Amino acid sequence: MTTETLLTVQDLEVTFNTPKGKVHAVRGVSFDLGRERLGIVGESGSGKSQTGRAILGLTAANGSISASKMKFHDVDLANLTPKQWRKVRGARISMIMQDPKYSLNPVMTIGNQIIEAYREHHKVNTKEARHRAIEMLEAVKIRDPQRVFDSYPHEVSGGMGQRVMIAMMLIPDPELIIADEPTSALDVTVQLQVMAILDDLVRDRGMALIFISHDLHLVSSFCDRVLVMYQGLVVEELRASELHNAKHPYTKGLLNCLPKMNGNHDDLPILEREASWAEG
Amino acid sequence: MSAVTRKHRDGRRRAGLFSGKTGSILRVVFSLAITFFGLLLVTFLIGRVLPIDPVLAAVGDHASQSTYDRVREEMGLNLPLWQQFFIYISNVLTGDFGTSVLTSNPVLEDIKRVFPATLELATIATLIGVILGIPAGVFAAINKGKWPDHVVRVIGLAGYSMPIFWLGLMGLLVFYMKLDWVAGPGRLDAFYVDFIEPTTGLMLVDTLIEGDMDLFWNAVSHIILPASILAYFSLAYIARMTRSFMLEQLSQEYILTARVKGISEHRIIWRHALGNVMVPLVTVIALSYANLLEGSVLTEIIFAWPGLGLYITNSLLNADMNAVLGGTVVVGAVFISVNMLSDLLYRFLDPRARR
Repeated sequence: MTTETLLTVQDLEVTFNTPKGKVHAVRGVSFDLGRERLGIVGESGSGKSQTGRAILGLTAANGSISASKMKFHDVDLANLTPKQWRKVRGARISMIMQDPKYSLNPVMTIGNQIIEAYREHHKVNTKEARHRAIEMLEAVKIRDPQRVFDSYPHEVSGGMGQRVMIAMMLIPDPELIIADEPTSALDVTVQLQVMAILDDLVRDRGMALIFISHDLHLVSSFCDRVLVMYQGLVVEELRASELHNAKHPYTKGLLNCLPKMNGNHDDLPILEREASWAEG
Repeated sequence: MSAVTRKHRDGRRRAGLFSGKTGSILRVVFSLAITFFGLLLVTFLIGRVLPIDPVLAAVGDHASQSTYDRVREEMGLNLPLWQQFFIYISNVLTGDFGTSVLTSNPVLEDIKRVFPATLELATIATLIGVILGIPAGVFAAINKGKWPDHVVRVIGLAGYSMPIFWLGLMGLLVFYMKLDWVAGPGRLDAFYVDFIEPTTGLMLVDTLIEGDMDLFWNAVSHIILPASILAYFSLAYIARMTRSFMLEQLSQEYILTARVKGISEHRIIWRHALGNVMVPLVTVIALSYANLLEGSVLTEIIFAWPGLGLYITNSLLNADMNAVLGGTVVVGAVFISVNMLSDLLYRFLDPRARR
């Protein structure tokens, strides 16, 4: 599937200055991405989300990013002015956030938030933008798009809110979507639904996807390739179909923690960590 | 801060009682009526409890006992308390607050004369406070910890701590006496005072109605200094609250979403964040406006501004109880209406409160 390289990241480092001293969130992460679906898996604090944010230049103000190379097509992401960033964000790389309860503006209608995302990058009038937004709401399988368009975020359910999020981030037709735990805040019953909608759209439109999650299983069923992160490092990279052949003890440990249908139900193994995993 | 959060919770809790559009109007009217009733009860009781004998005030010290008794009966003071209260309520509802001993006018007439002066001053002051305070607060928040933030904070702190009578006198000394940029005390130059027909009582509006631009600019030049000095205080408060609300909103997830969409920083701050900041800020602005509408006694004294604060204070010093109680009812009613207005605005600004 990797025909052309879309994104190259080399030695990405993200450091935060906190009152308690420096925190190294991401320590030398490197990967190439084609038009494929890449999963980044890791536990809380492994640096997976910060890797995603760094690609969009949205590291918090007290953090700093450095990379020997960070290129998207011909755009050098390591040296962009704020103005140049705005041409990349939304239009070429977009991100689906975790929880629609917090990531949608509570005082703006859903329609206006979607239209805003579209009109930022496409010069069209309001009527045309509205038409496109309704179409997009239909594309994420919302049955009553007119009503949802005029609703406020608090008036829709979590699953619905996340579909709105997908619609909003896909409407400018970016080439790369970063989905940062897109289903973690949702009910288990709607998680797969939402994931399937996202997956369909990403395939149909030929977009690349970086799917960030702590759920190894979910990632392996929606991605071609998986990066496993631990304490800011990529400890293993493998094809999703070869997950069972994982070599690194951390990956193996994670896989062991998953309950099996026909396995021993009495107790689940606990992940035993080794200090050496955290050494680059 | 606590007033804001309390309000938020109240709004949610009450939602269950009456719901729907008509229900929400009903709820507002109902709570208004209850509050106003409570206000009347309190002012009525104050009037009965105070050691000032209204009969004695009317007949004088040298009246005979029979005269005293007759007047007492005429005033209805021998009736049971609850009957007196009902008479009081029906009087107030028909606009009868009694007669002021000090001015020998009906209290309502007096208030109709002095309230517009305060209303005009408070409104201009609040407008200045909002127009300068919100941008100052936003500016401080987006430059948190840098020099613009410190400048705004020092100016705000000064606004908090400087006594208003000193600021007023200094203002007059510098801008009126030395620089002669503005007019002195009063609402108009003494020369002009009788030229103007009090249609609304608001000098800026009345002069415009008459179409006399000279008079209008004279009124502007009179109001600008006291209004600015009052505005300084509400500005300091509004800027400080805007700054902290803004910082809170800028750290929310939806701001990151907006950045991901590639939206300009300008739009993120003024549309997305400020849209959310305005929700609690409306309450802050309304409270500071209501405070100014009570009349700011010191400012009114220094600038010889014939407003409500001056009127109530003078009445109080002369034991003119009808005027004091009438003034109190008006201040209370103004407070209630401003609160209701901010409630409606709040619902308009926050879709989550429209239920």
